Amino acid sequence: MNIVIAGCGKIGSTVIASLTAEGHSITAIDTNVKALDAVTDNFDAMTVCGNAADSDALNEAGIDKAELFVALTGSDEVNMLSCFIAKKMGAKYTVARIRNPEYNDQSLGLLRLHLDLAGAVNPDYLAARELFNILKLPSAANVETFSRRNLEMIELRLKPESALAGLRLMDMRKKYPGQYLVGVVQRDDKVYIPDGNFELSPGDKIGITASPTELHKLLKSIGTTQKQAKSVMIVGAGRTCFYLAKMLLAGGSNVTIIEKDMKRCNEMSDALRGAVVINGDGANQDLLLEAGLENTDAFLSLTGMDEENILLCYYAATKNVPKVIPKVNRDEFALIAEKMGLDTVVSPRKISSNVFVGFARALKNSLGSKIETLYKLMDGKAEALEFDAQDDPSYVRIPLKDIRLKPNTLVAGIIRSRKTIIPMGNDTILPGDKVVILTAGKRMNDLADIIK
Amino acid sequence: MNRKMVFFTLGQLLLIEAALMVLPLIVSLIYRETTVFAFLITLAATALVGGALMFFLRKHNKTMYAREGFAIVAISWVALSLFGALPFFLSREIPNYIDAFFETVSGFTTTGASILTNIEALSHGMLFWRSFTHWVGGMGVLVFYMAILSGSSEKSIHIMRAEVPGPIVGKLVPRAKDTARVLYLIYIALTVVEIIMLLFGGMPLFDSVVHSFGTAGTGGFGVKADSIGGYSPYCQWVIAVFMILFGINFNLYYLILIRRFKAVLKNAELWVYLGTVFAAIAVISFNIYSMYGSVAEAVRNSAFQVASIVSTTGYSTVDFNLWPGLSKTILLLLMFMGSCAGSTAGGLKVSRIILIFKMCRNELRHLLNPRTVNVVKIDGKQVDGATLKNAANYFSLYMFCFAAIFLLLAFEPFSIETNFSATAACFNNIGPGFDAVGPSANFAEYSLFSKLILSFAMLLGRLELFPMILLFSRGLWRKK
Repeated sequence: MNIVIAGCGKIGSTVIASLTAEGHSITAIDTNVKALDAVTDNFDAMTVCGNAADSDALNEAGIDKAELFVALTGSDEVNMLSCFIAKKMGAKYTVARIRNPEYNDQSLGLLRLHLDLAGAVNPDYLAARELFNILKLPSAANVETFSRRNLEMIELRLKPESALAGLRLMDMRKKYPGQYLVGVVQRDDKVYIPDGNFELSPGDKIGITASPTELHKLLKSIGTTQKQAKSVMIVGAGRTCFYLAKMLLAGGSNVTIIEKDMKRCNEMSDALRGAVVINGDGANQDLLLEAGLENTDAFLSLTGMDEENILLCYYAATKNVPKVIPKVNRDEFALIAEKMGLDTVVSPRKISSNVFVGFARALKNSLGSKIETLYKLMDGKAEALEFDAQDDPSYVRIPLKDIRLKPNTLVAGIIRSRKTIIPMGNDTILPGDKVVILTAGKRMNDLADIIK
Repeated sequence: MNRKMVFFTLGQLLLIEAALMVLPLIVSLIYRETTVFAFLITLAATALVGGALMFFLRKHNKTMYAREGFAIVAISWVALSLFGALPFFLSREIPNYIDAFFETVSGFTTTGASILTNIEALSHGMLFWRSFTHWVGGMGVLVFYMAILSGSSEKSIHIMRAEVPGPIVGKLVPRAKDTARVLYLIYIALTVVEIIMLLFGGMPLFDSVVHSFGTAGTGGFGVKADSIGGYSPYCQWVIAVFMILFGINFNLYYLILIRRFKAVLKNAELWVYLGTVFAAIAVISFNIYSMYGSVAEAVRNSAFQVASIVSTTGYSTVDFNLWPGLSKTILLLLMFMGSCAGSTAGGLKVSRIILIFKMCRNELRHLLNPRTVNVVKIDGKQVDGATLKNAANYFSLYMFCFAAIFLLLAFEPFSIETNFSATAACFNNIGPGFDAVGPSANFAEYSLFSKLILSFAMLLGRLELFPMILLFSRGLWRKK
């Protein structure tokens, strides 16, 4: 598929990386020659130097033959304008990054309609939403939600003292009955789609799918603390912080924000009623202690520097803060953070690149069952996909035990008119269901791809 | 350097070479020649070595950076020539291995300089293989490799940069593999058209194919002692036109295919190239008119020789060594210019000359007015500093290399004109020079040492200096 991407910054290059890996033909546009050189050196993509909102540059990038145009420049306005022009020049679908809170209210619908956007992506908001979900279930390393939160998948890191360690999955089901499924396990560098005989061991990272209520029940019964974080401290008042604080405050949590820049502090204090905004350097340990670090339920470091975020969170962890989350955009650093015991990291880059990969796959397969959501799990070694089931005789109305699945593939959940089903052998997929698939194998575009 | 990956790739390339050798093998079979065995043995040996490299190095990590790109290109060109020389040597048609190596390097680098004193004595299989190396080397072995094999490598642009000539290597389409395919499709299409047009002119099929290979790669190996001189004027014109066509940047053909004619018309390099060609044809026609007495013949010979030299092919219809000084001087200067970047031709490349010319002009402006800010633009776009620096440095290095090779040849008992034109002809991948290495003579008289030097010069010229020179740098080989 021909895809044109405008803007080769942090998000842009991550999206280019994941879309070239998916086998798409990518043309990148940027005004910065250095950024373009980095793209040609590292990815199999073509580059055009110019302004993305300039028809000449778009023409040179072959916009008339592009199925998808993605605008990811630093400026919302350029993104909107370039999407508008690209659409007029023949791009089939356009997606713009729009991250300014002022555009992300009621005006967003208006913009999408009149600019004819197939989607508007706000990485900061997506990151904030993910953080919010994790803070609701702080014992999970990660939380992914499907189909408007009717089904969730949590990632748990098994500690040596965990009740699950040393248990076979069939025994776990007997010991802790309920509607849930352990669908994927990461051990060292390998990812498994486990069967009933699989024995869990300390250090494993496991993925459990269930409805939110069932998940609460399960976590309670295995004795993992799961109290919602009620007081949260955030260092770095970026856009992610703003969106997150807004959600947390609406949910009744206490939020403390620490920010170096006075002007930004003023804006935050103005926009967020009820938040404690402190002007100061988050790297100052006294300041953190004075702000009440030792009594917070969760500590988040969301500054622009990966290194600073990791170190601050490491410090907070030594002060026995129950949940610490650094924002880490570079994959290499995320691995280091995990080695330091920081199980949960958030990466806006990765979150938004997942969105685009899902979007591109859905476009490629516009006739079949559409991909609704896509998550890369376990360092990208596995994927969780939500499909919209069609009336396809190859899988519809057949008991799951009679469908010959591909190896390393699992039907992890079915959502039928807001009811969550954790499927057993006798369950069937019906047209109109939302089906969640876990896979550690080949990439999938269609629900029918699960069949051998 | 990621040695395992580099040599694994070399193994793959050797297998490709073995596969390519099937074609001359078939030709030998058709003509029922004994050279079949030479090809069979070489094919087996090449496949064996290639397969062994791939087998023993199958566990390698795929990381590739600029240095691996340079290393793969330089090492594989040398290795392919070493193996490609075996058929000549094994069949005893070129009894000395170094001679055979010279001939093969001359083939792959599309030079066309020969050590053969009697070409017509060669078997059809050998003649075909000789010209086929031109065709393969013209667009590049690694570009071919990319077109058929790689697809996963994110960084194959490094290989392409190292092998495709020109100061700026751009992609035609987003994926390197597709770019390589488009290039080869254009290349094959043009070659086929030429073969058909030559057949129309009454040239035998074998000769048409061989000469089309020679033209496409801008090589210059023929099958006759008098090169193209014995064929009809129609055939000479066809070859002349195609030599000029193969000297044009292939990106422009792609732009024509996707109907972006404006971009083609705006291309400065094309106009400078065509302008120079026509000016040179006009001047030489006047200069040699008295030798031939007919306008048609003078223009035809002038056009053919200019096309042959500027595209760095090296075919000839007459012995231009006998032409007056003015004509010879123009031809000698054209040798250095070469054709467009991104074509199969050698030389400095027109675009580089334009860049250097514009840089010099800016320098003069700067001297007059030290505070002026001047940018260099080409095709309406600003050229960034790194590209300019690269062009200037390339030119300096080119001069140093030229001087070194020229000096090393000076030990031979030949005239300055011979040695100078031999250096220019090999370094710029043309083929024939003047005097003792003129179109009616050959390189057989040079010593084995000089033949090795000239072989190296040809590789230097084809791969645009840097890959071959980096081969001698310890930094390239350092384990990472």
